[in-house]
Amino acid sequence: MLDKTSGNPDTSEPVIELRNVSKTFGEVRALTSVDFKVYPREIVGLLGDNGAGKSTLVKAIMGYFRPDPGGEIFFNGKLIEDWTVARARKLGIETIYQERALAEKQPIWRNLFMGREPCNRWGLLDVATMRSEAARLMSQHMGFTSAAVHPDNIVMTMSGGEKQGVAITRALYFDAQLVILDEPTVGLSLTETRKTLDFISSIKTAGKSAIFIDHNIFHVYPVVDRLYVLDRGKIAGLYDKSDISMDDLIDRLYRVARTGSLEE
Amino acid sequence: MTSPVESARKPMESAGSTLDNRAAPPSFLRRHGQQLGIIAVGIAMWLAFVVAAPRVFTDIDIYRAFAETTPLFGIIVLALTFVVITGEMDLSFPSIMALGTAIFALSVTQLHLPWYFGLTLAFVTGAACGWLNGTLVALFNIPSLVITIGTQFLFRGLELVLMSGTGVPLTRELYPELHMLLREPLFGIFPIQTTWMVGLGIIFWVLLNRTRFGAHIFLVGDNPTSARLMGVNVVSVKTRAFILVGMTSVLAGLMTSIYGYYFWPTTGEGYLLNTIASVFLGGTSVFGGTGSIVGSFVAAYIIGAINAGIVSAGINAFYTQLAFGLVIVISVVLQTFIERRVRRQSLTGR
Repeated sequence: MLDKTSGNPDTSEPVIELRNVSKTFGEVRALTSVDFKVYPREIVGLLGDNGAGKSTLVKAIMGYFRPDPGGEIFFNGKLIEDWTVARARKLGIETIYQERALAEKQPIWRNLFMGREPCNRWGLLDVATMRSEAARLMSQHMGFTSAAVHPDNIVMTMSGGEKQGVAITRALYFDAQLVILDEPTVGLSLTETRKTLDFISSIKTAGKSAIFIDHNIFHVYPVVDRLYVLDRGKIAGLYDKSDISMDDLIDRLYRVARTGSLEE
Repeated sequence: MTSPVESARKPMESAGSTLDNRAAPPSFLRRHGQQLGIIAVGIAMWLAFVVAAPRVFTDIDIYRAFAETTPLFGIIVLALTFVVITGEMDLSFPSIMALGTAIFALSVTQLHLPWYFGLTLAFVTGAACGWLNGTLVALFNIPSLVITIGTQFLFRGLELVLMSGTGVPLTRELYPELHMLLREPLFGIFPIQTTWMVGLGIIFWVLLNRTRFGAHIFLVGDNPTSARLMGVNVVSVKTRAFILVGMTSVLAGLMTSIYGYYFWPTTGEGYLLNTIASVFLGGTSVFGGTGSIVGSFVAAYIIGAINAGIVSAGINAFYTQLAFGLVIVISVVLQTFIERRVRRQSLTGR
């Protein structure tokens, strides 16, 4: 079961591949020789209890943490050296972080273009474009009526769902090839959760890939193609959705939490 | 596991009628409240001075005095605003003023280099001092308040050793170019110090509000983790902010010394609190993430005017500190109240 990678209709190269990636923080081993792949037009679920290493894995993929020596990251089949966040975003990987990664004292438009501010030909910030694009995106993608939220609104004054809207729109806007969602439904209402799940399904329709991380299996199972189960920093299991029912998966997850093994 | 049902108990609707009464974009007043506030304080203080001593404050000479002396620390206020917005502080700039000027004086008098070489070396020194501060703070994560107390002694000590505690005369006969650049009024009438201040004010405004570097200054000060997650190089942004302070300190040090025709090894002493007070008076938050060049610019002139204003108004100079204290304490308290009010309105005004 561990090495199973088939079942994906698309047999092309993975968008992203991690080989033997480990990460230690001092004495703590957050990840231990993780192998991980995402193919084009595929939604991969990443399940695991708190502290299983899900967020560390995401931050390694994003270049925020450098993997321990020996680990390799491939993007579209090419080994990437000197992986940084700026590099990862440039190549088309965007993440919607659990902690949202917003600058809350700043207006919406500064948040939407954070780290990727457009400049005009004199190298000066194109503030007019940033404002008007922010207004357009908010009404088209975030579902705000254009009059309701102004691009100059300070993020701190918005609700949890609205903040999530900003984070999702930011990931969408830059036309990412791979979108990573780290517990995107935490703190959201039912309607907002529904919208977020619809958005994840739409990533695949648009021909892109996604990694969906959550510990709520009821959210993850319906939208994904494949599932990785992470436990104490190791890949404990890898399933095609067609091979496993939700009930079976839940049983196994309970077992892994108790015994550290998915099998009986 | 949070079930959908559970999370639905604390609804946060993002659609529907709840949003409708929040339709208005933030008003001009709300967006620029801080700047307008500090300008109002400035006008109020000026009116008070005019009432207290009408003869002095209707004479152009007093304004010339403000325009010549305020930029001596005011240009550092502009750069320090960047550092404070990133959530840091620099206490070492008075020593950089002296060290930079010392390097100029030594390279011209001891090494007999031409004045422009000396000037270049002085600015390189300022940049190096700023780089050291920035690296220690951003790369090694040392609290800036602590480490710049250390580098303040380091730079001052280095300067005192280099100069052996002696000064250098900087007369017009010896340095005509420097006097033209930093002391003599532009076209014979307009104070050159304020010309520099206005020019640098415009440059720094553009830098903060219209460049990627400026945008990152706000992001880094607001939430450094978010900034890093979005690919902003936090170390580089903070370091560059400290370098700006280092270089403007050298300019201020040279300007101060030329203004007094003499370089004293104690140059910069007494500038620390005026400069920092101006940044905070201008509405830049000590918590980082917010601040403005306009506010800092106006606040520097307010601080500058209190000093000269009290004496010129014929009030006993013992009152100067009292006036400083009152203006700073009242303004900062008012700012806090206004900011809290604005925030509450935008939180409940939905």
